[in-house]
Amino acid sequence: MALEEVAVAVLLFASNRMIEVQDITKSYGSGDNVFQALKGISFTINDGEFVAIMGPSGSGKSTTMHILGCLDTPTTGAYLLDNKDVAQLSDEELADIRKDKIGFVFQSFNLLPRTTVLRNVMLPLIYAGVDEVEREKRAREALFAAGMVESHFFHMSNQLSGGQIQRVAIARALVNNPSLILADEPTGNLDSRTGEIVLGTFQRLNKEQGRTIVLITHEPEVAEHAERIIHIKDGKILSDKKHQQKIVPTNIHYEQTS
Amino acid sequence: MTIKDTFEETYAALSANMTRSGLTVLGIVIGIASVIALVSIGQGATASIQSSIQSIGSNLLLITPGAQRSATGFGVSAGRGTAQTLTTADSDAILSQVANIGGVAKEVSGRYQVVGAGTNTNTTVDGVSASYATIRNISVADGSFITDEQSLSLAKVAVLGPTAVSDLIATGTEPVGQIIRINGQQFTVVGVTVAKGGSGFSSPDSMIYIPVGTMSLYLAGNSFLTTIDVQAASADVTTQVQNDVTSLLLARHNISNPASADFSVLNQADILASASSITGTLTILLGAIAGISLLVGGIGIMNMMLTTVTERTREIGLRKAIGARKSDISRQFLIEAITLTVIGGVIGIVLGTGISLAVNLTGIVTTSISLQPILLAFGVSAAIGIVFGWYPASRAASLNPIEALRYE
Repeated sequence: MALEEVAVAVLLFASNRMIEVQDITKSYGSGDNVFQALKGISFTINDGEFVAIMGPSGSGKSTTMHILGCLDTPTTGAYLLDNKDVAQLSDEELADIRKDKIGFVFQSFNLLPRTTVLRNVMLPLIYAGVDEVEREKRAREALFAAGMVESHFFHMSNQLSGGQIQRVAIARALVNNPSLILADEPTGNLDSRTGEIVLGTFQRLNKEQGRTIVLITHEPEVAEHAERIIHIKDGKILSDKKHQQKIVPTNIHYEQTS
Repeated sequence: MTIKDTFEETYAALSANMTRSGLTVLGIVIGIASVIALVSIGQGATASIQSSIQSIGSNLLLITPGAQRSATGFGVSAGRGTAQTLTTADSDAILSQVANIGGVAKEVSGRYQVVGAGTNTNTTVDGVSASYATIRNISVADGSFITDEQSLSLAKVAVLGPTAVSDLIATGTEPVGQIIRINGQQFTVVGVTVAKGGSGFSSPDSMIYIPVGTMSLYLAGNSFLTTIDVQAASADVTTQVQNDVTSLLLARHNISNPASADFSVLNQADILASASSITGTLTILLGAIAGISLLVGGIGIMNMMLTTVTERTREIGLRKAIGARKSDISRQFLIEAITLTVIGGVIGIVLGTGISLAVNLTGIVTTSISLQPILLAFGVSAAIGIVFGWYPASRAASLNPIEALRYE
């Protein structure tokens, strides 16, 4: 056994490897119109990491996130989530993984329209079959963790500011205790200060609760808030390196945006 | 996901967009209410026409004289009913020789100037036999009807219809016992009939009945009858009675060719049949209008449901992304569609019934509500609502969540 292989084996044993992406490709369309969004990317993400996947638009970063989130399946290659090959799973099993293991924060269209904040956050628990009392308790905890104040819990989703919407979305992503949080351009629609607050929330969840966070962004300043940046361009990984994390000052965490 | 949660989710989703839900319900309401209202009006009209025909009397055959025809030369023919061919003997022969007869009434009618206390009118005076009252469903409100004894004794007595009473007798005066003059001859009023309402051009309410013998002798001046009313014992035997009466009269009048009969027999069933065909056409017309409104309503429901689901494809994607299974989504949309159609259906039935009752109150036509159009209208609306609410949602639910989220 070569030394490197031993090192890999030790690494596997020592760290809890959550995501393993092996030479994934993804094509859309058929015949002459085939568009290859991913041209063979491989990386691993361990439990508790805060990773940013950065690239310009059309680079394949969103496709990567959809595959990581079990919203889409790769054309070739393997995606192992907790050592299980996602390609082998049925639609129902994928839904269960999304329900139990993964929390999503999207750039837009995050919340159900004209529905209260609390109900939005409880939604994943409804699908998970959690009873009503427990549901509300956990939704409240998640909202507090995401930095929402109680006076907003019964506001309608369309009465919230952009920053509040994203924090409700984060609370909803947290509520089913997922080990992996996937955020697709979560600050894309926000001004820079509100964006900082949202990123601060992610950092806190990562540091204090040990959640694995994968952040998709095209902005280098946003990506700098992660510990590790995977740079994607034209469906290929350009670089994948550890990075000096830019920490959001704690004093703006709980400040409410109007 | 429990059933209770599904219903809560349905309530939240429907109340989140009240306008959209309201418009969908409105489409269903209009479709169902218009079908119920229109069909009930159609059926009511049919029923009221049939009952007014039945009020003439039931299982009735009316025998009237044929046309007068000159025996020589060019065979010039006068109008039907002008011939003087029917006799009292004919009438008696029918009663005694034809089987399954309920009753036979003799009738001699004419129009005369009738003078009351300071007033006068021109109306139909009918010389009738006593059986006329039972055969033609005439009841007496005051006094009594003409008897056969009065006919034999040539009594100058008269029974007035309520309209004739108001035309001839001063208000507040008891009509029975009053004297009226018909064509210059004095008659004593012995009875007043119950109002029957109009049945065509001549109303039985304005008629004056006198004994047939009196009529023949003092007013008509001959012994021929203008009509013989024959009542068959039941509806089943009217055809047999009609055939027997026809052959009997042909034999009595020495006519071998039925085509040249000097009388005609009118069967009430024929009147009823032609009226039924009129009301049937009416019902089809109203049904067609109702069907079109149901179709338009259905297209409205379909549009609304399709738009709703298309609009909510991203929501479906979001729900799937946070862990909803395909079955959770399909079930939610199915229950939403059922809820909308049931709410719309109930309101539609209540509204349609209400419209029908309101039409009743106007008194123009008595509507009748039946279960069939309600079930049909409700079934069609519900089927359209459920199919177009559930099917596209179910299709959207089987999309890849990311395709649904990206859907524009």
